[in-house]
Amino acid sequence: MRILGLYNYWIFVFLMMVGFYILISRRNLVQEILGLTIFQTAVFIFYISMGSIVGAEPPTLAPGVEGIVYANPLPHVLILTAIVVGVSTMAVALALVVRIKEAYGTIEGDEIADLDTASEA
Amino acid sequence: MSEHLPILLVVVPLAAAAITAVLRSGRIAWLVTLVTSWAVLGISVSLLVQVLRDGSIRYVLGGWPPPWGIEYSIDSLSAFVLVLLGGIAAIITPFALRSIERELERGLVHFHYSALLLCLAGLLGMTCTGDVFNLFVFLEISSISAYTLIAMGPDRRALHAAFRYLIMGSVGATFIVIGIGMLYMMTGSLNMADLAELIPPERNRTISVALAFLTVGIGLKLALFPLHLWLPDAYTFAPSAVTAFLAATATKVAVYVLARFLFTVFGMGFTFEVMALDRILIPLCLLGILAGSMRAIHQKNVKRMLAYSSVAQIGYVVLGLSLVSLTGLTAGILHLFNHALMKGSLFLAMGCIMYQVGSVRLDDMRGLGRSMPWTMAAFVIGGLSLIGVPLTVGFISKWYLVLGAVEQGRWIVAGVVLLGSLLAVIYIWRVVEVAYFEEASGDEPVREAPISLLIPTWALVLANLYFGIDATLTSGIASGAARLLMGGG
Repeated sequence: MRILGLYNYWIFVFLMMVGFYILISRRNLVQEILGLTIFQTAVFIFYISMGSIVGAEPPTLAPGVEGIVYANPLPHVLILTAIVVGVSTMAVALALVVRIKEAYGTIEGDEIADLDTASEA
Repeated sequence: MSEHLPILLVVVPLAAAAITAVLRSGRIAWLVTLVTSWAVLGISVSLLVQVLRDGSIRYVLGGWPPPWGIEYSIDSLSAFVLVLLGGIAAIITPFALRSIERELERGLVHFHYSALLLCLAGLLGMTCTGDVFNLFVFLEISSISAYTLIAMGPDRRALHAAFRYLIMGSVGATFIVIGIGMLYMMTGSLNMADLAELIPPERNRTISVALAFLTVGIGLKLALFPLHLWLPDAYTFAPSAVTAFLAATATKVAVYVLARFLFTVFGMGFTFEVMALDRILIPLCLLGILAGSMRAIHQKNVKRMLAYSSVAQIGYVVLGLSLVSLTGLTAGILHLFNHALMKGSLFLAMGCIMYQVGSVRLDDMRGLGRSMPWTMAAFVIGGLSLIGVPLTVGFISKWYLVLGAVEQGRWIVAGVVLLGSLLAVIYIWRVVEVAYFEEASGDEPVREAPISLLIPTWALVLANLYFGIDATLTSGIASGAARLLMGGG
């Protein structure tokens, strides 16, 4: 039962592998970005789920509130930072895809490689 | 003021990046970058002097004491890398004035300087910080600005090269985040010094997996064989000044991060005795040296040839680290510095050639030995340094590397290091032969590069020669840093 109780890690690994597989198997540039995003989101789930405790309360500091079990807020902070980093990366990636489309007329990796070898030869 | 130097090192380039992004004029953006890079060099030199005199510097951000707050921790290894970063930025910025103006569209020039300053700020922050998540943030700052810088290259293939670098680099960064998450889960701390104490010395599955994720993630940034696939395209198609900057800095800071994690955070005992990471790293480095050098021999594009050569040289650096001896670590840290000087001067020479000839293909370089004597002489000295000829810095690093290998009885390692030098002779000779022993194509006469491009190139070349003849300063600092890594970790 302990293995089933660790379901958050199973979800993390599953999403991570799905995202990574999409990333390496797809040639379309936008699909690669999608794979990367799913991969990064899996990591966010990993962090957030590690900070949660069953039956925990938000960390409050108030007179009369003593000895509560609170969920760790630090992973949430770390993930906010990581989300921002992920969004910036995705923005740059999409901007590059727009420029690639303007320059090559396609966003399929195979066709871009063919166009490159054709122009080089 | 002087006690805030560590944070100023990062804040000044960040502020300057914001300023240059809103300026319209490329020239004024260049001026701001020049002043900033020289200021960074000044601050990093004074930090190095302070660290060598007084020992490590710890700077607490915002008054929150560690391990709750973020602290900047600068020891001799960090200070060494900081001086390297400042020096490279200070030398490449004057070069970039005319080179970037010619290679980029007018409207993009000030954005280029903004991205360059962001990249510099990220690299400096990575080196100073003593907090692992802060390191990830700065890593991504420098990486995203590097993707942007590469995409500004004149050839349209730069866009796809930048995209592939983005995908691979983000995978690497995400692996690093997973590793950090696992470390946090087991110890509850993000501070490097704290982690070093809290990580259990016996074998623990989560910590082992964290080490694996971190090594692969940093290896992707480092272009460790076989994770180097993004590097040749990215270096070839980026603008010349950007290639020189990234080749001399980005991978070096990634090596610093690897050394920090393996030696300081995880500790030598765990990494190399319990996990036996050297048994994985050493064969990969040897393969990288051979594969990189051999691929370099066949290239028609000289920048791509130098890029593959960089993959081989990174192999040398990590090889030095994985020998796990005082000599080996000294060799690795020394080669980190020396390779930056070598590749910096070689890529700047290629930038001069790109400026005058408009192409970096080997076929278009015929007869340049006569029409561009100073540029080709710089290339030849850089090439000799790559090979490891005495009187150049390359010789010093190769010497320490072979010494470290022989000390441990690793004859195969020593043999591969020397074989790499022989392969380097082949690909450097190809360029020398075309430039000096063939007749020029004869369309228009090619003139020598302008003086503002030659002076930075020769500054790096002379640094090559100076530190090759008198290596006491660099090898002294490197061995001090090596002793610190081995003793403290």
